[in-house]
Amino acid sequence: MDLRYSAEEEAFRAELVEWLDEVLPTVGPPPGNQNDWDARRAYDTAWQRMLFDQGYAGINWPTEVGGRGASPAEHLIFLEETERRGAPYVGVMFVALLHAGPTLIAEASPEQKAAHLPAILRGDQVWCQGFSEPQAGSDLASLRTRAVRDGDEYVINGSKIWTSNAQVADYCELLVRTDPDAPKHKGISWLILPMDTPGIDIRPLRSVPGTEEFSEVFFDDVRVPVANRVGDENDGWRVAMVTFSFERGTAFVSEMLASMQLVEQLAAAAKKVTRGSGTAWDDAGLRRDIGQVAADLDALWALVKRNVTQASRTGVPGPGGSVFKLHYSEVRHRLGLLGERVFERAGLALDDVAGMGNGPHVEGLLHAISISIAAGTTQIQRNIVAERILGLPKDR
Amino acid sequence: MDFDLNEDEAALQEGVRSFCAGRFDMETVRSLADSAGVDRGRWRELADTGVFGLRLPEADGGVGLGLTEAVLVFEELGRAVVPGPILASHLAAGLVDGALSGDRVVGLVERPAHPVLVEHLDALDALVVVDDEGLHLVEADAISGEPVGRPLDPWTPLHVVADLPAGQVIGGPEDAARWRLEGAVLAAAQLLGIAGATVELGTAYAKEREQFGKPIGTFQAVKHILADMLTRAEVARAAVYAAGVTLDDPSVGDPARAAHGAKLIAGEAGIANGKACIQVHGGMGFTWEVDAHLYLKRAFVLDTVFGSGDVHAEAMAALV
Repeated sequence: MDLRYSAEEEAFRAELVEWLDEVLPTVGPPPGNQNDWDARRAYDTAWQRMLFDQGYAGINWPTEVGGRGASPAEHLIFLEETERRGAPYVGVMFVALLHAGPTLIAEASPEQKAAHLPAILRGDQVWCQGFSEPQAGSDLASLRTRAVRDGDEYVINGSKIWTSNAQVADYCELLVRTDPDAPKHKGISWLILPMDTPGIDIRPLRSVPGTEEFSEVFFDDVRVPVANRVGDENDGWRVAMVTFSFERGTAFVSEMLASMQLVEQLAAAAKKVTRGSGTAWDDAGLRRDIGQVAADLDALWALVKRNVTQASRTGVPGPGGSVFKLHYSEVRHRLGLLGERVFERAGLALDDVAGMGNGPHVEGLLHAISISIAAGTTQIQRNIVAERILGLPKDR
Repeated sequence: MDFDLNEDEAALQEGVRSFCAGRFDMETVRSLADSAGVDRGRWRELADTGVFGLRLPEADGGVGLGLTEAVLVFEELGRAVVPGPILASHLAAGLVDGALSGDRVVGLVERPAHPVLVEHLDALDALVVVDDEGLHLVEADAISGEPVGRPLDPWTPLHVVADLPAGQVIGGPEDAARWRLEGAVLAAAQLLGIAGATVELGTAYAKEREQFGKPIGTFQAVKHILADMLTRAEVARAAVYAAGVTLDDPSVGDPARAAHGAKLIAGEAGIANGKACIQVHGGMGFTWEVDAHLYLKRAFVLDTVFGSGDVHAEAMAALV
């Protein structure tokens, strides 16, 4: 076991840090109005273009398709240093860079790759994901959105939900049912859907923090060329799952590193907040709970390093991804509650009040609610751990 | 960066695991309650395996390995719930005559404490007292103590010692600080072993025990207990392994922070998993016959060694 970075990796870090220190002062803050999706797209794609120009786009994508081809350790360094220095997040580029793009790399035809991968890396193509449906959440494979062949086109009817950035996406990675008579995993196909196709209706959903993070997307006789299918007809479930092996256990790592900064800010705030004749930090119970969250986040960072090592040795992510997600969700809930304990009444405001610095913590409190639901609920993750790792029998 | 076992480390882990399976099987471990947790023959076998001299230079009769490897060894000793003052004798090897060879059984106790409770006193030849001033060696026959009639962990007998002799100074404040840090990490490694062993024990039972016509592991209510147990064990594993590596090479992190975090998290994992393992076993889990209670009781003991969870949580808070 070795936690040291090699000389090459440290050189990668030094070069990255030098560039970040140079350019980040020229990058303004993200748009204040989180519902202004045009502004969010402009901001996030501009950052992607800067990464592209500097050779950091597609940090873990293979060099053959224009990626950086960074080693797993370099990937972690990239996440660590961009987070530490407050660089913009992947934002609206997340589906394209972390899910649709990797799927295309693994499964698409040369023509499809050429049409999309370079444009994604440059920040010229934004993607969204059409997987979940109102009736197909945890049981994703029961999805019903139909695609019926009509000559060299599919005609699509149905609806999708939890689609992030739908308002500003150019393309959608869409799972559709092409064989309603086959077993549920065997009748699904994976399509590239241009979002300007007639018949698409996007209805934003207001989420708990009050922002329109997700949309419901309706399809009414939407026609997509058969040539836009990736992989074989009815093989879409496998195509969609292939991507998870690309992930290497780095999902949620940026925000986990951001959580460490939240803990430090919370401790600093607790030392200032008046409580009785002293400060909140005088409360040993509160102090220990903050210490505990810090220990948990340190452990999660170590777990990420194990997961990444195992993924790079075996080529597929190990069970650590689910373990990480389960624990990270739980720690974020605890961190959110700690914020409320420190800020008390100021914890009722999503905006900073009286210079308390409460805003990010209250935002985090609400964000934490989604972490144990998104990308596989805590309950589904526990089933995955119990059945795939521990080998317990399925009951479904 | 390569944060998984290399070939040598995997071989070491496998070697200690098979040694424990052969020489400290559960029947043997259970029988050690009759001899204050220590059988002299088995103790020398631990010494011959290199448990005590693991981190001493080869020139001094040791194995010449680091804390990274010691963590793997102590994880296995925890997994097998091997009783006795193994951690104390490991720390004392090279400093106290006979500890390395296993000829003398060396224990330790921390001070200040009230009451002072010494583990395994009847099996000890010598005791190291660890306090802020340093390390003090006391011959066991100079210590008089009142035995505790019913120790929580029958494999860790206790004596209340009212007056500890001053003893001979064998180390200064820096040595004591080093023992505390290394001791916390190695106790955490034993707790990690317990956390992992209870996942396996509980999972095996959930696959075999049937109710309502199915293995109980089919039911999500049981599955989710076991998934949470695995999560605790794997998070603790990451923390404890990282602590071992960081104490060996402080260039990769803050050793104190790594040690405090590891002990805190592994302590909770050991205790919570021990309890959950009993829960999975239902009524049988509350019997003496099922092994689950041995793990839980040892976890309670180890959590108090070199600082309980509260102590380490407070220490973490000071480092945030």
